[in-house]
Amino acid sequence: MKWEIADIQQWPPGKHELGHAIPEAGNSCSYKTGGWRSERPIRDEEVCTQCLFCYFYCPDSSVIVQGQKVVAFDLDHCKGCGICAAECPADAITMHLETDFHDDGEEE
Amino acid sequence: MATKLSPKIYVERKDRLSGGHRLCAGCGASVVVRNVLMGAKDYPVVVGAATGCLEVSTSLYPYTSWKDSYIHTAFENAAATVSGAEAAFRSLKKQGKIDKDYKFVAFGGDGGTYDIGLQSLSGALERGHDFVYVCYDNGAYMNTGFQRSGSTPLGAWTTTTPTGKVQPGKLQQRKNLTQIAAAHNIPYVAQASIHNFRDLISKAEVAFETEGPAVLVVLSTCPRGWRAEPSQSVEMARMMVQSCYWPLYEVIDGDYVINFDPKDKKIDVADWMKLQGRFSHLFKPGNENVVERLQTNVDREWDRLKKLASLSAGE
Amino acid sequence: MSTAPILAVTGNQAVAMAMKQIDPDLVAAYPITPQTDVVQQFSEFVADGLVNTEFVTVESEHSAMSACVGSASTGARTMTATSSAGFALMWEMLYIAASMRVPIVMTTVNRALSGPINIHCDHSDTMGGRDTGWMQIYNEDAQEAYDATIMGFPIAEHKDVRLPLMNMYDGFIISGAIGPLQALDDEQVKQFIGEAPTYPGLLDSEHPITVGPFDGLHGYYFEAKMTQQQAMDNALGVIQETYDRFAALTGRQYQHLMKYKMDDADIAIVVANSAAGNTRNVVDALRAEGIKAGAIKLRTFRPFPAAEYAEALAGCKAVGVMDRADSFGALGGPLYLEILATLYQYGASPKVGNFIYGLGGREIYPHDIERAFRMLKDAADGAELPKSRVYLNAKGA
Repeated sequence: MKWEIADIQQWPPGKHELGHAIPEAGNSCSYKTGGWRSERPIRDEEVCTQCLFCYFYCPDSSVIVQGQKVVAFDLDHCKGCGICAAECPADAITMHLETDFHDDGEEE
Repeated sequence: MATKLSPKIYVERKDRLSGGHRLCAGCGASVVVRNVLMGAKDYPVVVGAATGCLEVSTSLYPYTSWKDSYIHTAFENAAATVSGAEAAFRSLKKQGKIDKDYKFVAFGGDGGTYDIGLQSLSGALERGHDFVYVCYDNGAYMNTGFQRSGSTPLGAWTTTTPTGKVQPGKLQQRKNLTQIAAAHNIPYVAQASIHNFRDLISKAEVAFETEGPAVLVVLSTCPRGWRAEPSQSVEMARMMVQSCYWPLYEVIDGDYVINFDPKDKKIDVADWMKLQGRFSHLFKPGNENVVERLQTNVDREWDRLKKLASLSAGE
Repeated sequence: MSTAPILAVTGNQAVAMAMKQIDPDLVAAYPITPQTDVVQQFSEFVADGLVNTEFVTVESEHSAMSACVGSASTGARTMTATSSAGFALMWEMLYIAASMRVPIVMTTVNRALSGPINIHCDHSDTMGGRDTGWMQIYNEDAQEAYDATIMGFPIAEHKDVRLPLMNMYDGFIISGAIGPLQALDDEQVKQFIGEAPTYPGLLDSEHPITVGPFDGLHGYYFEAKMTQQQAMDNALGVIQETYDRFAALTGRQYQHLMKYKMDDADIAIVVANSAAGNTRNVVDALRAEGIKAGAIKLRTFRPFPAAEYAEALAGCKAVGVMDRADSFGALGGPLYLEILATLYQYGASPKVGNFIYGLGGREIYPHDIERAFRMLKDAADGAELPKSRVYLNAKGA
């Protein structure tokens, strides 16, 4: 269920759930931590062997997998820690400075 | 005993932690959580957590990263809180008021487990509640600014064992929580690490399937507190295991089983200590004996573990 | 009106009986004198299969309350019991339980806080918990303790309240001494308490929730405390409604404060728990002398029914507040401060005296209480009362 919290700063006390419980599980996905990073991972699809290691090692659930294959990184949440690049057995992932990219994700 | 499956099987398991939490870049804690919860397959799960980095970062009101039901109450009582929920579940199930089966898991850092949380863990284990206790162990009270814990290694700089004119960091060797847990005669205890996710997930699977209490003590990197590179989080854990500082093993109904023996590829503790700023003072002249003492202790403990394992194998 | 036989039981036995009839889903408790017999009696019911309760023999009181919060967060009906140091040990968790709005019902057998270590009765334990957000009801005897236990869940679980509730009675004096009890039958109790209401909890995998979040940077803590206070305000009405519903069933009518000969009283004493009995006897003796004395037995302490106290005491010339606890460094004991503030705010101005009595279980006798009334009489006739505490029954004082 969607819990509308856009205006939560203005809520009267009684509008919060009892005991300040959070009724929408996993809603932190709407909080974007992607702005934290100074580097982003880029994966070379030709070199990637789809071992899935990056998926298991990512602290931020930011390796998107479909049909048992890595398809993309979740740049809304990736903090640029670089673990995926360091751990990739095929060296298919490299870290690039954020400043190398336009806001729309295109490389400068 | 844990049986490792292919990543292609594990990847089909639900990722029960969502992104958007506030853990540091490169933090091992969420790697522990994501992989442990994959061991729960598709059981409905109730999660409890002790106050600490994991808890504050994943449940900062009004956001929660937990896709399952989750409860936090206080610092020293994750085991007690979850044991109450688990016992209530059993009561409701017995009375026919609930029909689903739930799995219960409590997460605590070494902060909330080794010291202030030891009593409530011990009580819950002794009472035999059907739950999994996972200690994500990064060797200090990181959330409050890296103070020493009972798990901090000898010689480490922490903010309560700083390196000063007369003191080279922590003066004591650390506790062995895994063996403390095993001493409670519970069905399953295992030591694991974030670097070997297949080993970790398979152990979590056994833990969840175990009837009764199960404890996982998992090496979790803290780049901030260890003064180390975030991208090296997994590699550092790998090296710590490779040196036998953090052996991978299980205690199954009291029998010790070592899961990984580096044999002639065993490395010295100094090899990974050099990567962590919290030990940098030990590599200045005059502090060599501290590294030696830690190495001696690691070797002695590893030797002892091998003896326990062969004793178990021989029975 | 009840035709049930009058049983001779201790206060603890009475509460254990009530718990058996309530048949909660879970009890997590740790023994401590003089509560121990509540859980020991109850564990015999468990061992004989007379209840469905899951009884968790926790390893400390802090874990008892932690387990209770975990249990209540699943929607299970949860009870516990403690005293003194055990109560003190769970102090952190009492605040948390109230903030998480879980309807736990706890019996606290009043015993002095250490040190020196003293196992006997005074009210320092639960008076120390008056700010926790729990509802607090004090009980004079085994009958009241039994009745209050039965009324616990209907009050705590009420949708306008949803706060945990603690019932008190005096350690040893009531907990371990035999008194009369007219119990309800099992069916009456079941009917009275009804089924536990369902509310969002941990065991609903279709609707998973997070409870006990970190308030952190954004800060909604203040507002959470305001809603807790609102629930306390609501509780005043809910408690009285429950008292009334109970009266219809049993003929025993409870009020927030039980007035004795107060209508035309010039002087009055406010007192809680077992000393109320002797206080009423002293009132009778004084009335026989022609002195217009009265007494108020405090029942509901949290929420504090201030308006009712102001109304009851406004006509008095002098009021004495008997405290079986002290607040070191304060003007007087906790009840005294509460009454004083109430009278001032409501514009009533009798003289008020504070009588500290019975600390550490020191026996309180009618002549001690009479001494207090004589001081109030003198005050009513123009003498001054001390601004601070008078020790009623200390040695050498």
